Amino acid sequence: MDQPLVSVRDLKIGAKTDSGREVEIIKGVSFDIAPGEIVALIGESGSGKTTIALSLMGHARPGCAIHGGTIRVGRHEVTAMSERQRAAMRGTELSYVPQSAAAAFNPAKRIMDQVVEITAIHKLMPREQAEAKARALFRALALPDPDTIGHRYPHQVSGGQLQRLSAAMALIGDPALVIFDEPTTALDVTTQIEVLRAFRSVMDKGAMAGVYVSHDLAVVAQIADRIVVLKNGMVQEEGATEQILHAPKHPYTRQLLDAFEPVPHVPLDRPQAPEPILTVQDLCAGYGVMRDGVPAAKILHDVSFRLERGRNLGVIGESGSGKSTLARAIAGILPAYRGNLLLDGKELAPLLQQRSKDELRRVQIVFQLADTALNPAQSIETILARPLAFYHGMTGAARKARVIELLDMVRLPGHLRHRLPSELSGGQKQRVNLARALAAEPELILCDEITSALDTVVAAAILDLLKELQRDLNLSYMFISHDLSTVEAICDEVLVMLKGRVVEALPAARMSTDAAHPYSRLLIGSIPQLDTGWLKGLEQDPALIAQFAGR
Amino acid sequence: MSLALRLPTPARLGYSFNWAGRIGLAVILFWAAIAIIGPWIAPYPPGDMVDFDYFGPMSSQFWMGSDYLGRDILSRIIMGTRYTTGIALAAVILACAGGVLLGMIAAVVGGWFDTLLSRFLDAFNGIPHLLFGLVVVAAVGSSIPILIVTLAAMYLPGSYRFARALAVNVNTMDFVTVARARGEGFGHIILREIFPNILGPVLADLGLRFVFIVLVLSGLSFLGLGVQPPNADWGALVRENIEGLSLGAPAVIFPSIAIASLTISVNMFIDNLPTRIRDRSE
Repeated sequence: MDQPLVSVRDLKIGAKTDSGREVEIIKGVSFDIAPGEIVALIGESGSGKTTIALSLMGHARPGCAIHGGTIRVGRHEVTAMSERQRAAMRGTELSYVPQSAAAAFNPAKRIMDQVVEITAIHKLMPREQAEAKARALFRALALPDPDTIGHRYPHQVSGGQLQRLSAAMALIGDPALVIFDEPTTALDVTTQIEVLRAFRSVMDKGAMAGVYVSHDLAVVAQIADRIVVLKNGMVQEEGATEQILHAPKHPYTRQLLDAFEPVPHVPLDRPQAPEPILTVQDLCAGYGVMRDGVPAAKILHDVSFRLERGRNLGVIGESGSGKSTLARAIAGILPAYRGNLLLDGKELAPLLQQRSKDELRRVQIVFQLADTALNPAQSIETILARPLAFYHGMTGAARKARVIELLDMVRLPGHLRHRLPSELSGGQKQRVNLARALAAEPELILCDEITSALDTVVAAAILDLLKELQRDLNLSYMFISHDLSTVEAICDEVLVMLKGRVVEALPAARMSTDAAHPYSRLLIGSIPQLDTGWLKGLEQDPALIAQFAGR
Repeated sequence: MSLALRLPTPARLGYSFNWAGRIGLAVILFWAAIAIIGPWIAPYPPGDMVDFDYFGPMSSQFWMGSDYLGRDILSRIIMGTRYTTGIALAAVILACAGGVLLGMIAAVVGGWFDTLLSRFLDAFNGIPHLLFGLVVVAAVGSSIPILIVTLAAMYLPGSYRFARALAVNVNTMDFVTVARARGEGFGHIILREIFPNILGPVLADLGLRFVFIVLVLSGLSFLGLGVQPPNADWGALVRENIEGLSLGAPAVIFPSIAIASLTISVNMFIDNLPTRIRDRSE
């Protein structure tokens, strides 16, 4: 087998922007995939990795078009085919596993009907045979109740299961090439492991080739044979996984790897203030209709912790563990129905409206998605000027000078203040988001997953900025994240949360060694490592997973 | 680069229209100008019988013919412009201002206030518009202020529903939560955080509602409940001269064309608003 299964030569893809300008998205990319080989396309958002993956199917997203180069998959010259011929090829020669399985399944149809759809479209086999094959795939993908899970509707299975079901959908036509588009990005770490394991085992058995699109080097290290590093629509480096991880040649690859390496956080040496900045005692909060002073859906149960002034507290846990609810309860957006909040030793009212302006000023909250956290109709200057006017009564030239100063604090040029949020990049928006919190001159900033939506390199820069600001302004952070390496990089203490309770409090530096609670150990052990053998060598107690992951 | 010498034309500021929008705007501006300068350009006093014939044809003397009493139709349309556009504009501004304000308040306050107000306005919306107009005008009598208030009341619930649906979505965005956590008052949240983000669709809705109001006003006038003789808006002109239809008189055609041209051009204009205004929130 000397001929590669897929060969892409000098691929160019362009798009037309709203203002009618032509932009090149992919600027001459070439690579090969051998039969049975899994190649990862890795890069930050906007690097063109998904665009390339979709072009293998001859598909370009609306507004984009393939401008040049050739793509060959098996015997087919994809770039020379008509749309009808391409449609005949999709599903049988190659297939696609999307990022969000929840959005890829039709919620109104049973799972089995959707999984076997490819066999019906291409008239591959009778329905009974297709269903039997689907059940075999469910078994191979380690899905629970493989014989009956097909009768359920998409909302009746968990996110990780749905992602594996969408893989079954892609595999049923026995394609020679499967394209995985960030299939585990939206999943929790413990779920991600199961899905990766399932993918790995079917791919090994079936001798299928794969393209795995991801931004996460550690995930890719577990599954890919070869890695193609992309940036701005160009190949930066291409090589075997081991080589990329251990002997990267290109500076950009090295930058990606460096961003992955957690820089251990060194706590600041300051004389300890007598009172902790925040004390939380037996906090309970929830949503829904209040009855007898207790809400219908209780989320937080008796959460207690202390945060010393100038220190950082990390809160980790999977989705649904109540991390964000905790931040909202502290900020007063969701009033706690029981328990106490003490800010600098003084009682803080649970309800926002009962707090004084000064109390509100001292605690600021920063949200995950800068896209929705900044008013799209206001300029950056208006956004930053508002807290200055509101808390400090600043006007005119003094306020303008302070806005420029704040932008400078978050390392943004002052002339950006005339722009609208939509005219900034993701990292810039997050910096403005942070600058707005700084404008209040707070003592405590609640950071709710503020780096989760950002690319690795950008997120690392934001973390550096946070540390620098802490040094200069004596801030304290409560840092909520599902990403343990981020927490390790910035926090002194870590709270592990599970179903609204704090299961363990640990010093961040010794998180992996000191964890005593089985759930903390499971969570910390599930973080993918930059090591190709990590997934294979990972031993986890299935009973433990079943108990804590809620499946 | 002659950057400093560039004039800030709409196109350079990002407010450019396409052709359909420009034609729409031109017709709207034409009728607005007629409404303002009408009394000075009308060739005859609108109430005077100037033609010896009734339902007279188009001639160099009477450009659009004459009506059932021999009055000049051109002069009467020019006079009617003031009533039609004035009443419709006043009513649509009242309806949208009230609806949008109530809608935003309901979305932000939520709870029983929202439920109560929404159900009340839904029930109110259940009454057919024309029927409601008929009953009110028949009960209170027809005068211009009453017409304006009645038309505004008819179209307020729809505007409320529309604005509330938009505001509910904006209200859950993080930037509104941030403003609330900052301790901002009710007024700031509604006017500064929410209103700019629903403005585009609300403007489009305002245009659409204006068209509906012009049509309902014409309908009311056609039934004899709108502007009272000897004054007349365009709908009343159609009604007055409806018998002329069988005689092929231009007296009934031209007011109809006026109604059509205004409503269609308003639609064309709002459908082709510059994207900068229409999609502000994107």
